[in-house]
Amino acid sequence: MVSVDTSGKSSALIQVRGLDKTYRRGGEQIHVLQGLNLDVDQGDFVAFMGPSGSGKTTLLNLLGGLDVPTSGVISAAGDEITHMSSGRLTEWRARHVGFVFQMYNLIPVLTAYQNVELPLLLTSLSRSERRQHVETALAIVGLRDRADHFPRQLSGGQEQRVTIARAIVSDSTFLLCDEPTGDLDRKSADEIMALIEELVAKHNKTILMVTHDPLVAARSHSVLHLEKGVLVEGSKSRREVVTGGAA
Amino acid sequence: MKFRALIMVNLFRKKIRLLLTLGSFAVALFLFAFLAVVRDAFNRGGDVAAANRLVTINRVSIIQPIPLSYHDKILRIPGVQSATHDNWFGGIYQDEKNFFPQFVIDPANQRQVFPELLVADDQWNAFLKDRQGAIVGAGTAKRFGWKLGDRIPIKTTLYGGGAWEFIIDGIYHGQRPQDDDSQFWFQWDYFEERVPERLKGQVGWYTVKLGSPDDAVRVAKAIDAEFANSPYETKTETESAFAASFVKQFGNIEFLILVIGTVVFFTLLLVTGNTVAISVRERTAELAILKAIGFKDGAILLLVLGEALAIALFGGLLGLVLAVVAIPMLGSALSGMLPSLILSKTMLAAGIGFALVVGACSGLLPGIGAMRLRVVEAFRRV
Repeated sequence: MVSVDTSGKSSALIQVRGLDKTYRRGGEQIHVLQGLNLDVDQGDFVAFMGPSGSGKTTLLNLLGGLDVPTSGVISAAGDEITHMSSGRLTEWRARHVGFVFQMYNLIPVLTAYQNVELPLLLTSLSRSERRQHVETALAIVGLRDRADHFPRQLSGGQEQRVTIARAIVSDSTFLLCDEPTGDLDRKSADEIMALIEELVAKHNKTILMVTHDPLVAARSHSVLHLEKGVLVEGSKSRREVVTGGAA
Repeated sequence: MKFRALIMVNLFRKKIRLLLTLGSFAVALFLFAFLAVVRDAFNRGGDVAAANRLVTINRVSIIQPIPLSYHDKILRIPGVQSATHDNWFGGIYQDEKNFFPQFVIDPANQRQVFPELLVADDQWNAFLKDRQGAIVGAGTAKRFGWKLGDRIPIKTTLYGGGAWEFIIDGIYHGQRPQDDDSQFWFQWDYFEERVPERLKGQVGWYTVKLGSPDDAVRVAKAIDAEFANSPYETKTETESAFAASFVKQFGNIEFLILVIGTVVFFTLLLVTGNTVAISVRERTAELAILKAIGFKDGAILLLVLGEALAIALFGGLLGLVLAVVAIPMLGSALSGMLPSLILSKTMLAAGIGFALVVGACSGLLPGIGAMRLRVVEAFRRV
């Protein structure tokens, strides 16, 4: 269940309380996120929509431990991440978060297999165990036969599948997807969304996704709208959704 | 190492740039090895020197002679075991470029004073009986294809002109690798017989062998005191000090090599540092994604340093292999001008060390930059 609620205890996978993010540009303070509250349960698939500059990507970065909030608390997978040191946050990311970005962000000199294997290099898995994990992840995204291909030898949709395989290979607790279909044609976008839906439905993955595309957002369980750093409305009812800004 | 594949593929992503950087390292390391062997060649006098030998020369300069009559007086000084004398002949064999050192020796004492230069007894005995006889170092014999019995004409430039003819009676070998095997020795009697009257009875220098190295300072002072206030005052020093002061006549080789080496080091540092920095800048997004998926700061630093060290190692090895092949050829070409050029294992190890230090230094700053990269800012930048 996705909810935005400032009161009471929560057992949600991801809990956000009073989240503020302010940037200073020149002498001006820009409030990107203001008093945001959010709960996301295991297995939820949430889409964040909103105009450019509304704070969608900033929220995703904060949830993924790539950035630190100005104030507020984020707890995810049982850890309060807002006060973690940079080193511990990196370890936490490796254990719990899978990232899927718009521009695929594969390493061009590595094959699909090697790209997917990257997160596993940080674990104590043996070579054969890593192979097993990588092959499973590539099979899930339907690219087992493309394991030896380099990113330049793959289509945009296939590259994005490799990115998804990399995000799931270490069995991360939740996935953060920033415009995962933003650079794809409609057909490829549909395929990627079908894959993401499958990850949620079959593998019980928790996914938080930023998108500009209403058709893509419509495939999520819940759509949360961000405007000027405040969650302003909810528009999905496949599961219970309560939205609200604390600003 | 799990990151090895990652380091290797990153190395090969810009092949021309890699080739040029490897080339810079190879050239620099070749130069390093060459400078090291030249320095070693100049300093080898010190290595060859025995602790129990002194050299006595004319106090004014080594080119001024000292009397033959000093020999017996030197032998009377307590602590002296034996003494031999030499003269520089400075002749030309066929062409000036065929340079090798020729010495007029004192056959009666040569082997006692220089026991490390070995001549077979039968050859030595043949030499003693032959007024025109000569003993030649194995290196020079090999260089000119000389064998026993060959007659060798050497044109003198210092002693009245004309060619002096010698017969090769023996070939000496050094006991140690650093021993000079380029010398040509011939009989004092033959020399004395042929030089102009005004030069007779004069030697170039004495080499004095001591009973104990502990007597060196005392005996050196005693020799110089013996001949003080005479027309031919002497200057006596240990053989290694003599070798060092002899090298200084060529200028401060050590300083020159140090300056060239330092320039090479910093140039290489700048070239490699720039290459690694460009490579890191081009991969800002990739490094950011690695950090995002959990690569710690240390791992990122390791990746960048690993690339710099790999370039240094491969480039350095290439340069040293080149040096191993080319230095003997250069040594042959420069034969006679310099003592033999020996590229030792220590020099090769120092070369690898030098390359790795340059690699580590050049990768450090870009590596720290990559390590401190903030993921969010990096994504915003690209």
